[in-house]
Amino acid sequence: MTADVLVVGASAGGLAVAEGLRRHGFTGTITLLEREREPPYDRPPLSKQVLDGRWPPERAQLRTGAELDALGADLRLGAEAAALDVPGHRLTLRDGTVLGYRTLVLATGLHARRLPGRPPVAGAYTLRSLGDSARLRAGLLAARRVVVVGAGVLGCEIAATARGLGREVTVVEPAAHPLLGLLGPALGAELAALHTEHGVRLLTDTPATGLTGEAGRVTGVRTASGAVLPADAVVVAVGGRPATDWLAGSGLTLDDGVVCDDRCRAAPDVYAVGDVARFGAGPGTRGVRLENRTNATEQGLYVAAELLGAARGPYRPVPYVWTDQFGTRIQVHGTVPAGAAVRIAEGSLRERKFVAHAVTGGRLVGVVGWNSPGRLRTARALLTAVAPAPAPPSTTATTPTTTLTGDP
Amino acid sequence: MSAPQEGATLEIAVDEDRCVAAGHCVVAAPEIFDQREEDGVVVLLDPRPPATAQDTVREAALLCPAAVIRVLRAPS
Repeated sequence: MTADVLVVGASAGGLAVAEGLRRHGFTGTITLLEREREPPYDRPPLSKQVLDGRWPPERAQLRTGAELDALGADLRLGAEAAALDVPGHRLTLRDGTVLGYRTLVLATGLHARRLPGRPPVAGAYTLRSLGDSARLRAGLLAARRVVVVGAGVLGCEIAATARGLGREVTVVEPAAHPLLGLLGPALGAELAALHTEHGVRLLTDTPATGLTGEAGRVTGVRTASGAVLPADAVVVAVGGRPATDWLAGSGLTLDDGVVCDDRCRAAPDVYAVGDVARFGAGPGTRGVRLENRTNATEQGLYVAAELLGAARGPYRPVPYVWTDQFGTRIQVHGTVPAGAAVRIAEGSLRERKFVAHAVTGGRLVGVVGWNSPGRLRTARALLTAVAPAPAPPSTTATTPTTTLTGDP
Repeated sequence: MSAPQEGATLEIAVDEDRCVAAGHCVVAAPEIFDQREEDGVVVLLDPRPPATAQDTVREAALLCPAAVIRVLRAPS
């Protein structure tokens, strides 16, 4: 059979493609392939409401059964893509099924990255899927000492949830601050203080080199200095790698993601959206890959519009990331690049309720809200869209290396 | 028989407990959605807006990063 639009991956991005097409009145056939056996679900709750038990896992589902039926798409769960023939417009599934398409959209997302050198052992976890969340929850409940490797959004949220469950929590992070890439050093230090106050032992400047184990069970995390941090459960949250292994040899350009032009097109009749897509690539630029929930939806909707000739220009999103930790809601519109000057524009650091502006080269590039969601929305309009080729951090800027200037 | 068409409204609902306060709904459909000042959680200004709002409401529902907005009934 041949689908008019074949979407590989039915998480937020893939679902948005299908919904966007229908919303624009598209009446052709849509096939949605999903390698997992769960209907489309949302990932942000997996490290928070699902992990801490406030939500039953099924509450993470993105749509009801009736809503999925109304979509009029052929949703195939447990269908894993194995090979792609771009010129032939054919995709082969792991079980040998061959599917034809007129247009293909790749929305395969990420795989959790692991520490090099060691096979998984009991008591060691990564978190990407709903099943991972259930396994990690069981592991946390059974553990006394938990070590989280990596202080990115996922690692920090897991650490906060594990503390909330009453565990002893240590976080190890090679960088000098948690969430450094998202918040920059000054606000990263604020987040570090929040974790420390809540009893997290936060070890920054501490690369983890591997896990220690005994009889197939994890016993700790080894750090670059040779020290071993003992643990009953270890969560490795060191980022994701684009799920593109199956595309090797397809002829598509792969470079930490599926390389696309500024309209998210990877090849004739092939597009990519969400975490897996490196968009805006072109002569002299590697393009941008965004790993955030909002981008998955926005890019999915963009590609749906683009396929129907309704997109209003290249894809130029303003990135948006939020995280909830210890009851603190942090929201970032745009980016806080290395070396940006960060200044409190509203509220106060002391009260831990503020809006901060990040400025690079005289231009506002990021707005960070700290327990200030109501005030933040309008700030988004001040930001220009992410540049297709982010300039390297300027070393000649006259602004000092990341300043955090006082309460107004 | 000349009464206004009762069916010509939308019926929408929000699940405040899921809301992550992104504010995308307010940008998409400011006449239907607002945010609470204290925590940014969605406020549904009009649970039964006119059918003319259908497009922006659906846009808001699609853009919401936490699947908070449900269109319960729409004019066919």
